[in-house]
Amino acid sequence: MNLRRLTLILVPYLWLMGFFLVPFLIVVKIALSDTAIAIPPYWPVLDLSAGWTGIKEFFSELDFENFVFLTEDSLYWKSYLSSLQIASISTFLTLLVGYPIAYAMAQAPDEWRPTLMMLVILPFWTSFLIRVYSWVGIIANEGLLNQFLLWTGLISEPLQIMNTPTAVYIGIVYTYLPFMILPIYATLEKMDGSLIEAAVDLGCSRGKAFWLVTLPLSRPGMIAGCFLVFIPALGEFVIPSLLGGSQTLMIGKVLWEEFFSNRDWPVAAAVAVVLLMILVIPIMLFQRNQERQEEAGR
Amino acid sequence: MNRRMSWFNVTSLTLGFAFLYLPMLILIIYSFNSSKLVTVWAGFSTKWYGELLHNQQFLDAAWVTLRVGVMSSTAATVLGTMAAYVMVRGGRFFGRTLFSGMIYAPLVMPEVITGLSLLLLFIAIGLDRGIFTIVLAHTTFSMCYVSVVVSSRLMTFDRSLEEAALDLGCSPFDAFKSVTLPIITPAVISGWLLAFTLSLDDLVIASFASGPSSTTLPIKIFSAVRLGVSPEINALSTIMIGIVATGVITTSLISKNAIRRQRQEELEGTKQ
Repeated sequence: MNLRRLTLILVPYLWLMGFFLVPFLIVVKIALSDTAIAIPPYWPVLDLSAGWTGIKEFFSELDFENFVFLTEDSLYWKSYLSSLQIASISTFLTLLVGYPIAYAMAQAPDEWRPTLMMLVILPFWTSFLIRVYSWVGIIANEGLLNQFLLWTGLISEPLQIMNTPTAVYIGIVYTYLPFMILPIYATLEKMDGSLIEAAVDLGCSRGKAFWLVTLPLSRPGMIAGCFLVFIPALGEFVIPSLLGGSQTLMIGKVLWEEFFSNRDWPVAAAVAVVLLMILVIPIMLFQRNQERQEEAGR
Repeated sequence: MNRRMSWFNVTSLTLGFAFLYLPMLILIIYSFNSSKLVTVWAGFSTKWYGELLHNQQFLDAAWVTLRVGVMSSTAATVLGTMAAYVMVRGGRFFGRTLFSGMIYAPLVMPEVITGLSLLLLFIAIGLDRGIFTIVLAHTTFSMCYVSVVVSSRLMTFDRSLEEAALDLGCSPFDAFKSVTLPIITPAVISGWLLAFTLSLDDLVIASFASGPSSTTLPIKIFSAVRLGVSPEINALSTIMIGIVATGVITTSLISKNAIRRQRQEELEGTKQ
């Protein structure tokens, strides 16, 4: 192994170790520590000057108290559950909205497709924060949607959408829609059109052919899209805090408040560790789905 | 293949794109509203843009954001390209699985956790929070995106070109410089652009990593927006949307031309 190769490997390796792995180990360590009124506000602090006994003492001071606390206070498990619920519902809604768009894109004439692709990707490049914010003016009580509905006479009082879970659903569907459309479009575009023709020739109606052929064949794309929406939606912070109001519990927001408002670092770290443990399952399932798809593609 | 679009497909495309673009369109329209009340239209005016230009806090934040963006995306591009090269061409080495895990994990890690863990690191090693720590944080998560973009290009290109250069007496470094690098340059550029937009866009990680003297634009916007809709923020958003749209459309036109030229060259090559 020459020196150049070694540097090439070591530089990004050490960078990721130092700024990704080590910080994460620190989070785990602080999750096992106790809250203290000190700077930094947790206990014990690793003191290497005391040598081996210091390290042993340090480890004996760590405990799972904060995790026990998370199970005792209903706020936390309620927010984990409600995050799971909100993320699942909005993933499903995104699928319902995204599928027809991806389908229509795959059916569109060839010369339209690059433009349609760009139109789907463009919002992804614009600021996430701005896209979430753009809904505030629409769904607020005195917002445009309510003004319009009042004007048409469909409702006599403004609808309360802002600061409810519905607003969070809208926000997630809106911001994560490209993540759903693109993988579904990719599988639909690759699909052999003659399969549908064969089904129709053999006496299927168009609708039945879609149900029996197109939908099952696009399943890998649907699964990939659902994971790409579900995984980031679970730990979402911006959407619930701008649109969800104080009533909507989501774990990303709880972690933020625990850290910035309550200044309880050990509990915030424990919340993070548990969130990550919940996320490991969908992430592994997603990886399996991708690997299977790659194998099928060969 | 040219098919006629069914009415169902036309409707879903129309509704879908209306859903994607109407909110931003409304935002842009209302940034030209002369009323302070954002939901009441009171005539066309550009006064909010003028006020924005005189708001020193926003200008400072924009300057911080821009500097962080350029520095972090440049560092992330260098590190990410190295990481991609190691992943695709590096062969076996000790801890390869851990390495690839560390590249993919930040992509799916919730931002609140990444932010929290970096902040705890900065405090543990006694680093004062400021522009420098935001740059470190942004470099770390965007280098992973860069390496995904670059490694997908490295995987698809013809390796025999590199081998030919080596056979003809190039050193591995020269082969990289004169064969590999020119081929992956478009991917490296789009990696840089991706890293830059990710950095401009990031609120959560920057909030954890920033100090009192280093407020970025998203942090500023977030604290203003929490109080409700404001026409100044609408104007700022419009400017940002405009810049991004111009950038994306220009780069896609450039790459379209590049692909066309490449196809033409390939065609001419087969004719000869």
